[in-house]
Amino acid sequence: MTKKHPAIQIDDLTVAYDYKPVLWDIDLVIPDGVLMAIVGPNGAGKSTLIKAILGIIEPIAGSVQVFGEPYKKQVDKVAYVPQKGSVDWDFPTTALDVVMMGTYGSLGWIKRPGQKEKKAALEALEKVGMLEFKSRQISQLSGGQQQRIFLARALVQSASIYLMDEPFQGVDATTEKAIINILKELRQAGKTLIVVHHDLQTVPEYFDWVTFLNVKGIASGPVKDIFNDDNLTKTYGINYKVAVNK
Amino acid sequence: MGLSEFFTDYTLRNITLGTSILGAICGMLGSFAVLRKQSLLGDAISHAALPGIALAFLITGVKDANFILIGALISGLVGTFWIKGIVKRTRLKSDTALGLILSLFFGFGMLLLTFIQKMPNANQAGLDKYLFGQAATLMEEDVWVMAIVTGISLLVLLLFWKELKLLLFDPDYTKTLGFNTRFLDILITTFIVLAIVLGLQTVGVVLMSAMLLAPAAAARQWTNSLGVMIVLASIFGAFSGVFGTAISASQDNLSTGPVIVLVAAAFVIVSFIFSPERGLLFREIRFRRNRRELHLKKTLTFMYHIVKEHDNISRPHAIRILNNFQGYTRKTLNKLEDERFVRIEGNQWSMTQEGFNEAESIYNQLGNKND
Repeated sequence: MTKKHPAIQIDDLTVAYDYKPVLWDIDLVIPDGVLMAIVGPNGAGKSTLIKAILGIIEPIAGSVQVFGEPYKKQVDKVAYVPQKGSVDWDFPTTALDVVMMGTYGSLGWIKRPGQKEKKAALEALEKVGMLEFKSRQISQLSGGQQQRIFLARALVQSASIYLMDEPFQGVDATTEKAIINILKELRQAGKTLIVVHHDLQTVPEYFDWVTFLNVKGIASGPVKDIFNDDNLTKTYGINYKVAVNK
Repeated sequence: MGLSEFFTDYTLRNITLGTSILGAICGMLGSFAVLRKQSLLGDAISHAALPGIALAFLITGVKDANFILIGALISGLVGTFWIKGIVKRTRLKSDTALGLILSLFFGFGMLLLTFIQKMPNANQAGLDKYLFGQAATLMEEDVWVMAIVTGISLLVLLLFWKELKLLLFDPDYTKTLGFNTRFLDILITTFIVLAIVLGLQTVGVVLMSAMLLAPAAAARQWTNSLGVMIVLASIFGAFSGVFGTAISASQDNLSTGPVIVLVAAAFVIVSFIFSPERGLLFREIRFRRNRRELHLKKTLTFMYHIVKEHDNISRPHAIRILNNFQGYTRKTLNKLEDERFVRIEGNQWSMTQEGFNEAESIYNQLGNKND
C-alpha cells in the first residue's frame, strides 16, 4: 500500500496566521525515499509547511496526505524534530527521559514505558553519540548536544518519514557531520527525510531533493536538475551566484 | 497552646488537616502551572472566582459553602477559558489577557459584594471573608471535600503522568504523536481551577496564587526530576499549611491564610538561597572559586612564559615585572607560593619544577582546545 502513494502529497494548501497568508496554494509531491531540503528566505513559511503537514497548524484550505491518508491516521509513520529553541531546556528531566518520549506515541494513552522502550532509547542515544550523557540534566547540554537528543527522540519512533526543522541551527561542525551521516544512513534504509535548511552551500552535498519555497511553492525536484541560479533568484529575489557552479 | 490540642481540639484539627491538604494539592498542581509558564494564571483564576461566589449566594439566597464552591468553580473556569480564547483569537499577549480578565472579574465580584452587603437580610455578612480567607470556618465536610478532590487529582496525575509530562515539555510534539492536547490541557487546567477554588475559603482570592506558586517554585530549586519536584512541592505546601496554622493559632489576631502564605514564602527564600545546585549562595561561591582558580592559572602561565625564555627555570625574577600583567595581585602570588609552584625571596620570585610542570600542562590543555 505504501509503495503506490508518494510519502507526502500536498494539494492547494493555504495557511494564514492573521490576514496575510504564510503559505499560499502549495502543491507538492514528496516521493518516498528522498532526502529533501526545504529552502527559502526568512518568513517563507518553511517551518509552517512542516507544522501544517504534522497537523500542528490548521490550514485555511487544502489537504495533506501521508502515504495516501490523512496525517491523523498515519501518526506512527511520521517523526518530528522541532526547532531546538521551541522548548524550555530548563525543564526538570534527563537526556534519556527526553529520548524516551519518542516511544510515547506507540505506547498510546496511559501505558507506561518499560524495559523495551528504555532499551530503544539507549540505542538511539548511542547512535547519536550521546550515551555517556544519558543521565545529564538537559539544561547542562550544549546546543549541539540538545539537537542530537531531539534527533535521538525522533529515531526512537522508528518512523518512515522524518520532518526536521533546522536541525543544523547553531550546532558545531562535528555535530553537523554526525547529524548528516545519520540522515544519509536513514535514507539508505529507505526512509523519507524532509529538512528545513538554511545553508545553501551545503544543499548539493547533503541532499538529493530540494523544494524552493517563498510563501508559494517555487520549484521542487532532484537537486541536480533544479538547484540552479534561476530558481534561487526566483526564491530569494536577488541574483544568487551560489557555489553551485564551483 | 500545646501540641496535643492540635489533634484534640475539633476546630483546630479541621483547620490543620484542611490547610495541609490544601497545601499539598496546591503544591502538586502548582508545579504544572509553574512549568507551563502559567504562574499568573492562578492569580487570574482566583480573582475570576469572586463573582461566582457572589452570584451563587444571590441565586440560592443561602450562604452554603458547597453552592458557593460550585459558583466559584464555574466562574473560575469561565474566566480561564476566556483568557485562553483571547490569547488564541486576538493578537493580545497572555499577560494582557490575564490582567484584563483578572480585573474585569474581580471588579464585577466586588460590585456584587457591595450590593449584597446593602441588602436588607443581614445573614450574608461574611461573604467578604472570601477575599482574604478565614480558616476558622473550615468544617469537617470541607476537609473531606478537599481530601477527595486531592485524591482524584493524584489519581489523574498518576494515570496521565506520561502524557502530562510530555505536554509540559513539548506541546507541539505531543500533538504530532497523536495525543489530544486539547483534552490534556482542559484536564490539567480544570484541576488547577479546582485546587484554587478549594483554597478560597481558607486563603482567600487575593493570596491564593501564592499557595499555588510558592511551594512549586521552592521545590524546583532542589531537584532536576519532575516527579521529585511535584512530591517536594506537595510536602512544602503541606508543611506551610501545618506551620502556618500552628503559628496563627499560638497568637491572637493572626489570620491563618496570610501566615500560611508567609511560611510558604519562607520556603521559597530558603530554597532560592541555599539549594545546592541552583541556589544563589552556592552559585556565588562556585563562581568566586572558579574565578580565583582562573586567576591563579593565568598568572602561572604568564610566569611560565617568562621562565621559558631562560635555561634555568628556577632562576629568580623581579616581582616588579609581574605588574605588567593585568590579572596579577600579590594575593595570587602568595597563593601560588602556598601551592609550592613558586618561591618568593625578598623582591624576587622563582618557579619550582612543580610549578613549571603545572603551567606547562595548563598551557597545553588550553592551547589544544583553541586549535
